[in-house]
Parts: sequence; structure tokens; C-alpha cells
Amino acid sequence: MCSKSQRSVAFRFHRILRRTTNRPCFPRLRSSFDTAAFFPDRREGSKKEMECVFGLVGDGFALVAADTSAVHSILVHKSNEDKVMILDSHKLLGASGEAGDRVQFTEYIQKNVHLYEFRNGIPLATAAAANFTRGELALALRKNPYSVNILLAGYDKDVGASLYYIDYIATLHKVDKGAFGYGSYFALSMMDRHYHSGMSLEEAVDLVDKCIIEIRSRLVVAPPNFVIKIVDKDGAREYAWRESIKDAGVSAA
Amino acid sequence: MSIFEYNGSAVVAMVGKNCFAIASDRRLGVNLQTIATDFQRIFKIHDKLYIGLSGLATDVQTLYQRLVFRHKLYQLREERDMKPQTFASLVSAVLYEKRFGPYLCMPVIAGLGEDDVPFICTMDCIGAKELAKDFVVSGTASESLYGACESMYKPNMVTYYFEALGLTHGKTMEQGANCIGVQKENQYKLLEEPEELFETISQALLSSVDRDCLSGWGGHVLLVTPTEVQERTLKSRMD
Repeated sequence: MCSKSQRSVAFRFHRILRRTTNRPCFPRLRSSFDTAAFFPDRREGSKKEMECVFGLVGDGFALVAADTSAVHSILVHKSNEDKVMILDSHKLLGASGEAGDRVQFTEYIQKNVHLYEFRNGIPLATAAAANFTRGELALALRKNPYSVNILLAGYDKDVGASLYYIDYIATLHKVDKGAFGYGSYFALSMMDRHYHSGMSLEEAVDLVDKCIIEIRSRLVVAPPNFVIKIVDKDGAREYAWRESIKDAGVSAA
Repeated sequence: MSIFEYNGSAVVAMVGKNCFAIASDRRLGVNLQTIATDFQRIFKIHDKLYIGLSGLATDVQTLYQRLVFRHKLYQLREERDMKPQTFASLVSAVLYEKRFGPYLCMPVIAGLGEDDVPFICTMDCIGAKELAKDFVVSGTASESLYGACESMYKPNMVTYYFEALGLTHGKTMEQGANCIGVQKENQYKLLEEPEELFETISQALLSSVDRDCLSGWGGHVLLVTPTEVQERTLKSRMD
């Protein structure tokens, strides 16, 4: 496809949805550069690290798994929060980070990806979507940064499945396996040991399960439930939930 | 930990005889965790001009995109490629624009200028140019790199000989050489040949990054001569 021209979408700022409201800015001292602003989460005690997102690329597909706990300090609001957004027919966006920023930013990216498809009649390539996402994060970085880490997985007919690691400070890298949060210490090690390129779906899901077991058994604030989503030539869809705690239903009075 | 050490990097460039070599490590990390071992830090601006960017990876990518944009505009207007000296001034200006909120990266620029004379320079994150005749380094492993390059870069043997004879005081190398009748052709044997330069820069890079936990995981070396570009990946201690 014409992915070369699609990569220029990152520079065509006038074509994206413009924000209608202003996001709050950090108070800035004009005369000095504050490197602490690059680590906004340190001030709140790194609660973003407790959300685990990890993903890997297999043979013609990519998997993204994320925990499903919505946590505020010591309270778990819900344990079936879906953090892997289906961006369009063949793209997944797994995000971890501050709850408000995560939902805001991923919805913003999703709407812009849809807008491109409506305006141009063809969907964005995965690389183009990843570069657009990085561009938006980089633009916001020195004004009012988003604290959202992203794993963007997609399938293109010419390239196959691909996975992009996008940091909250807009570092973009194409990877075969990636992970965020405290769970990344366990997930990345398990994947380093068992991953090889061209894994079949059964092998890949088995590896994801191994990572989830490791996170559950070794992380003190382990999230109980995970969602696994897959993207391949047939599209992006939910693959499975791995639940160890089900939300108690509201019982009749 | 300093923001310059967030991602970890090492970049070095060296001058040879009508050629230059630029090398970098391949690690992308987040503090002490390694994310990837194939991160690209050296970028091509045009066939005879390369820039290596060390420091915060996000600014490496943003700055590279801005510089390529400026160079492409220059190519459209001037219908030719930028000279390395001009490009170095451009990078310096782009960095100083952000004096009070800088791009947190230190570029290393290497190119072949007029008559294929090699040119290298480095600058700090706000654009203070540092031109050098032999080698330039930047990144978290820069201190080790200075030591390794200084010792491994082929010393200027004729200068030492002249100094021993007391001839170089206040004279250029050519004048010194003329004093003892060394032929002009022999003076150029002092600079490294491309193959030798590749060996030197690889050894310097590998030995330096082995002492730095934030950089390493292989090396990427580009050797540029007027006729060809050789790109090689080095395997090093993977830790």
C-alpha cells in the first residue's frame, strides 16, 4: 500500500482533530528547564507502574495482553477495565498509565485514525499510526505531557504483524516483544527465555499464560485479571480473559 | 539518575585518510532495564554526511526528524547537498533555539566536505560546537571513549619525531617535515587507512561500552569513503 505517503500524516497537523478544550498545564518557571517535569509520575509515587501491559509478535499475528484493574491508591474500583483498545479493523492499542490520560489519549488517537480513514478512503498503516501517536506524545511532552505508555500492534498485508513500543516520553521503537509496568520485569524475562520468532498461536498464548502466572505469583500488587487481544489478517479482536477474581454481581435486596 | 542517562548511549566518530568512521552502541534502555538491542542512533543526512545522536531517545528521534526536514528544504532550494560545516552550524542553531528548554541530546556530526576532506564535530545539548581533527565522542560512555580513542587512535608519529628533534615549536607539520626533508607523500601515511580505521574505532567503542552498564549490546559502525559506505554490526558482550 502507499505507506510512504501515509507516513507523512505525522506532519500534516492541519488534518487532525483539534482539541476544543485546554488540558491543564504544569506551572512553569520561564527561566529554567525543569527536568523533573519529565518524570511526572515520581511525584505521585509511581502508581502508573502497577499496570501491566505486554505484547509479542508471532507468525502472522500479534498479541497484546493487559491487566484489567482500575486502581486508585489502595482501592480497586473495578477489575474488568479494558485497557487494550481496538483502534481500527487491524490495530490494537494497549495502554498503561494514569487513568484519565490513558482514556483521553487513546480515544483521541482512535478518533484521528478513524478520521484519516473516512477522509482518505484507506486505513492507516501500522507504522504510520505508530508515528502519528509518537508525534502527538512528543508535541505534548514539553507542554502538558501525557503519562501513557503504549504498545501498538497491527497487521498490514505487505508487512505482516508488527508491534511498536511507545514510551510516555514518546520514544518509538519497533519490537518483537515489549512490556510496561512492574509486570515487565517478569514478563520480559519470561519472553527472553521462551520467545522465538515465528511462534504459532498456541505457543504464543502459552507464553502469555506463563507470563501471567509469573506476575501473579511474584508481584506483591499483582493484578488478578488479564485480557488478551489478538490482531492478524482476520482483524483485531478479543482473544480471551484470564480471570482469577470475578466481580461480584449486585445481589437483589 | 540524570535525564541524559535515562536511555543510555555511546557515539564516536573518527577521521581517517580521505574517509571517516562513525559508530554507536545499539542499546535502548529505560534506566537499568533494557528494552531493545537494535536501536538506531546514527542517521544519514545525505550520502556523505551522517549524524549520530546520543542522549534521550525521544529527543534523538524528534531532532532527527527536524534536521532531515531542514536539509530536504535546503536541497529543494539550493539543488545540492549541504556541506558538513554548514550542517553543523544548522544543528547548532536548531539546538540553541531551545536554549531554555533544550533537546536533551548531544550530536556527533561526521561528513566528507569539499575535495572529500573528512570533517567531524560534536556539540553539547545547547549547540556549542567542538571541532576536532582526530575523533569526537558523546554519550554515557564518553569518558571511557575519550581514554580508549586517545590511546588507540594512531598517534601522529612524525610530530613525535619532530618534537624529539625540537623542530615543531611554532611550526606546522609541513614546515617541520620540510626541515628534515620528509617527502610530502609520506606525511599522509600518518592518517589511518579505511580498514585500519574500522579496526580502531570498533576496538575503542567495544572496550568503552564494556565498562558502561547503560550502553552496549553490540555496535553499529559506518565507514564512509568517497566511493562507498560500509555498514557493519559488531557483536560484543551482550550485557
